[in-house]
Amino acid sequence: MATMAKVNTGSARRNRVVASILVNGVLALICLVWLVPLLGLLVSSFRERADIVSSGWWTVLPHQEYVNTTQVQLTRGLPLDQPIEVEGVALTDDQLRAGYSLPDGRRLIWANRRARLVNVQTQQWLTNANFTLSNYQNVLLGQQYTYALADGTTRTEQGENMSKAFINSITVTIPATVIPILLAAFAAYAFAWMRFPGRKIMFAMVVGLLVIPGQVALIPLLRAFSGLQINGTFLALWLVHTGFGLSLAIYLLYNYISGLPREILESAFIDGATPFTIFTRLILPLSVPALASFAIFQFMWVWNDYLNALIFLGTGPESQVVTIKLAQMIGSRGQDWHLLTAGGFISMLLPLAVFFALQRYFVRGLLAGSVKG
Amino acid sequence: MIQQTREAGKRPPSSAAAIGWNAGQFVIAALGLVVVIGLMWLGFLYLRGTKTASIANALIAIIWGVGGVAALITVTNLLIESLPNIWRGRLLPFLFFLPGVGILFLFLTIPTLITLYQSFYNSDSSEFVGLQNYIATFTDRSMLESFRNNLIWLFLGTGFCVGFGLLIAVLADRSKFEVVAKAIIFLPMAISLVGASVIWRFMYAYAPADQPQIGVQNALLAAFGIPPQSWLTLQPWNNLFLVVVMIWGSTGFCMVLFSSALKGVPADLLEAARVDGATEVQAFFRIIIPYIQGTILTVTTTTAIGTLKIFDVVYVMTGGQYGTSVVGTEFYRQFFTNRNFGYGAAIAIVLFIAISPVLVYNLRQLQSQEGF
Amino acid sequence: MRSKKFPLLFLATIASLILAACGGSTATVPAATQAPAAAATTAPEAPAEATTAPAEATTAPAEATTAPASGSAAGATDYSKIGKELADAFAGTYKGTTVSLAHGLSGDEEVKFKATFEDFQEKTGIIINLVPAGNTPEAISVKVQSGTIEDIVNFPQPGLMATYATQGKIIDLNTVINQDWLKQNYNQGFIDTNTVPGADGAPILGGVFERINFKSAVWYPKKAFDEAGYTVPTTWEEQQALMDNIVKDGDTPWCIGIESAGATGWPATDWVEDIMLRTTSLENYDKWTKGDLAFTSPEVKNAFKILTDIWFNDEYVYGGRTAIATTNFGDAPTPMLQDPPKCWMHRQGTFITSFFERNKPGVAAGVDYDFYYLPPIDPQYGKPVLFAGDLFSMFNDRPEVRALIQYFTTYESIQPWIKLGGGAISPHKNAVLSDYTTDLERKAAQTILDADSARFDGSDLMAGEVGSGTFWKGVTDYISGSANEDQALETMQSGWANVKK
Repeated sequence: MATMAKVNTGSARRNRVVASILVNGVLALICLVWLVPLLGLLVSSFRERADIVSSGWWTVLPHQEYVNTTQVQLTRGLPLDQPIEVEGVALTDDQLRAGYSLPDGRRLIWANRRARLVNVQTQQWLTNANFTLSNYQNVLLGQQYTYALADGTTRTEQGENMSKAFINSITVTIPATVIPILLAAFAAYAFAWMRFPGRKIMFAMVVGLLVIPGQVALIPLLRAFSGLQINGTFLALWLVHTGFGLSLAIYLLYNYISGLPREILESAFIDGATPFTIFTRLILPLSVPALASFAIFQFMWVWNDYLNALIFLGTGPESQVVTIKLAQMIGSRGQDWHLLTAGGFISMLLPLAVFFALQRYFVRGLLAGSVKG
Repeated sequence: MIQQTREAGKRPPSSAAAIGWNAGQFVIAALGLVVVIGLMWLGFLYLRGTKTASIANALIAIIWGVGGVAALITVTNLLIESLPNIWRGRLLPFLFFLPGVGILFLFLTIPTLITLYQSFYNSDSSEFVGLQNYIATFTDRSMLESFRNNLIWLFLGTGFCVGFGLLIAVLADRSKFEVVAKAIIFLPMAISLVGASVIWRFMYAYAPADQPQIGVQNALLAAFGIPPQSWLTLQPWNNLFLVVVMIWGSTGFCMVLFSSALKGVPADLLEAARVDGATEVQAFFRIIIPYIQGTILTVTTTTAIGTLKIFDVVYVMTGGQYGTSVVGTEFYRQFFTNRNFGYGAAIAIVLFIAISPVLVYNLRQLQSQEGF
Repeated sequence: MRSKKFPLLFLATIASLILAACGGSTATVPAATQAPAAAATTAPEAPAEATTAPAEATTAPAEATTAPASGSAAGATDYSKIGKELADAFAGTYKGTTVSLAHGLSGDEEVKFKATFEDFQEKTGIIINLVPAGNTPEAISVKVQSGTIEDIVNFPQPGLMATYATQGKIIDLNTVINQDWLKQNYNQGFIDTNTVPGADGAPILGGVFERINFKSAVWYPKKAFDEAGYTVPTTWEEQQALMDNIVKDGDTPWCIGIESAGATGWPATDWVEDIMLRTTSLENYDKWTKGDLAFTSPEVKNAFKILTDIWFNDEYVYGGRTAIATTNFGDAPTPMLQDPPKCWMHRQGTFITSFFERNKPGVAAGVDYDFYYLPPIDPQYGKPVLFAGDLFSMFNDRPEVRALIQYFTTYESIQPWIKLGGGAISPHKNAVLSDYTTDLERKAAQTILDADSARFDGSDLMAGEVGSGTFWKGVTDYISGSANEDQALETMQSGWANVKK
């Protein structure tokens, strides 16, 4: 008996190790696939624009590349339709265009075909590790514009830095995240555990509205807001995000709250709790994981929103949010799109911090002890 | 409703609220309500005048929004609880769902009804055109192409997002590196679409064969001596490359929801299954899946709806050209480029109709949900 | 997946800006007009002023923006001739009032744009509230529909403005600005381009141009070009011969790229328009942009044939047809600046130089690159020029708003920008050529003056359904090979069906 048990635990441990390797291995593979595109952005954010457009981001890693060692000047005007004699080999024009590898590993290729100049190259290990912080500087500290004036002097304008936009974005995002969650939790509780006339129709409305493009609401809302004289205020934007976020919030929270064990609520009722106490004492604490996950989403969407901020809050330096600031930096024709590499990472920091902060609420065992079987 | 009162009736007489009309509480609550409404109005006036950002104003807004709603509901609850039983049962549900649903009604339902109205009118809503916009929706060549593409999005996008999301959530749940792994999958969600468009530029970029490739995919091809491909114009495969962008960006959404649902699966249930000799796979299908099926429905519904109205990825990557247009880009084109409100509205309504099967299924689930 | 729902949608707009925007807005920005006859009248004035201005510029360096302006140009401008309100404004009557103005500029252009108002604000005391409205059509559209639009809107193209004129949202500037002054300071073509049907169908002047952009430019790597012994072509035969020469020398003549995210296809429409102007009459061009000459007509087909002969000949286009469809318009000319050049010509508006400098730092205008005027094809149509331009329309009628819009009709309103250099050409006849900071810009301005005729970018004149809808779509379908020429032209034409209902 005893030995049997030992063998069992031994093989179980081995199984666990195998399973763990399998789990972590697959997970690592998926994460790697997910990271590759991001890595490209990260690396590019530290490169100069000219480098970004002229070589792949992975070339910052050691790689083999042909490097010019010497040049051979052929006779100018040498006819190209006949074999061309370079370094003791006779080559055609096409071979020189594509690059011709000599047996010793060197490669011959046109440097300037018109000038009849040939590059002799060897393969070498290289890294294009020409890093710069200028993208981050431009985004964080503001771009500098320098103009040459007619009299030969220059005029420099320093753009505004990012801090104001960050504060604006935070001001927009926090209320626009917290307010809809509370409203949605109340409604989700009603849909899940209460019976009232019109329940089905209203639930259908909540789900159906998920598919309606928010753009259809812009004109009526703007009209209403200008009537209330709240256009261009943070209040307007909070309300808009609350309204637009509610249908998903109610739907997601409904799913979670309706899945809470009936027994808990039942026993609370029997103990004489009112619906309101049940909501505050039971539902809210038990729904923390769902509240946290919706908070993460809503925070990100509001943080990354551009159009609503543009329309309802405006673009003045006093009120512009991070997304608008970034869009302004890129220029009317998108000529400075490379700043988005750094901008993307900078604007990602806060949502990520929120993710990590709320992540710890996804814990097992909130219901432990209260559920039987 | 009936159920509700029955439940209330079952309550033991010890509950003070169950006795009936409580005049004292009613007066206090009514007064409280007046005070709360007054304070909220003052808050509104203050916030309306707020044009500068500061953390203090954000805090005031939170106190105003959250505190105001909470206070409003608390005093109203007191008010309702002071009422006789029958009224209490009737009014309480409204107290709970009315704030949320009411705002939703104002912010989206009314605009949707306006849209419905517009869809029967011409481009600037000045002339009734009957079903003409709808007929155009189903006969226009580019709309038909969009419907085809949306089907691709619907099945591939939803399938992979939900599948990967569940897989990653389950794997991460068993891994020591849970937080790191989830953060990595989540990262693309945190990045704005602006950033994402640049990211995928570095994946799909095309340059003629004798230029250095700056796109990863073409660099890989080049490493194997295959000529570079222009991924985003390669019909009809370019639709798949766009779907990949969405899967990359949205799997984090599914993962987070599944992950939080998995935490709710009672550990003793799984333990019991293991003791009974069930393999991990069996436990997954017999216990985890049934336990989180509500979440699976929710996540699938939202993802499917997301793919139906997909717009951003397509608009940013190809502008809906090269055979990649979807209903979302066509809507946008009609609504904003062409300012044809009638046609745009009809497209939005068609989207609404298209999700009705999902709606029906969700309502059936709602029906089966027991209440008190 | 609310991401798919609202906000992300909107994010997309940003993104559109970013990638697309380029094309989106500016592309969509062209201007068309009639600079021809005018050239004769303006020419004599311009050089004269040209000689005085530089001198002043040196004496009053930092304040160059204001001082010389009033010295050379404003001295000649009698504001009361433009409108009563403008004269009153400079007399200080509207001190302290505010005018709001929505525009789509950002980056360094926004900085320069701001600079153009310094003088006006200082002298009139009117506060100008500049509101960036993003680079996509939503913000303006939503604001107009809901009645919260700014007093003045900077439209990148008349097509967009025309829609609001039809809806009766725009004030007829003929009632605001003295007509004699308009005729005196603008070529008639500029006025005609902005004259569109109002709410009742009667023509109104919907806007006035403040700055324009030259589009009929062919860029070339000057140094290498000269070393290779090529010469700038002045006729289509020479152009053809140059292309063939380059091919014979083993290189590729053209770099072309039309990718621009949400606005993909617009650079192709510019080509078509430039060819149209050179192969058919102005009347036909105007009919075409109004929808009265079908895309399927022989004239347009002929233009497409010329386009096809170049674009679909893989010997002529660097990277071939595939590269055209997938190369971003901003990156397209970069191979031209390599040493040795991978291609030798790139047709694009003058704004493209900002991409030159970013993608290849250190390249010098006039040395490493230069442009020449795309030669005439059929000599009987002279030397037409394709434009883009920014116009200003008035949505709210108040005296101070009138004053500002009147001000836009003067060269002084754009002079500070011109003196900062980059991206703007004055459409005003009282412009001072010597103010331009580079020879390149001066040359562009001069080319416009020298042109026999000038027309605004046709796709921007056409209704949105066509000009930034089916035209783009048809052209990209054609280039990517998913439609043949006839199908593509029918697609382009189909947009008009929705317009004319």
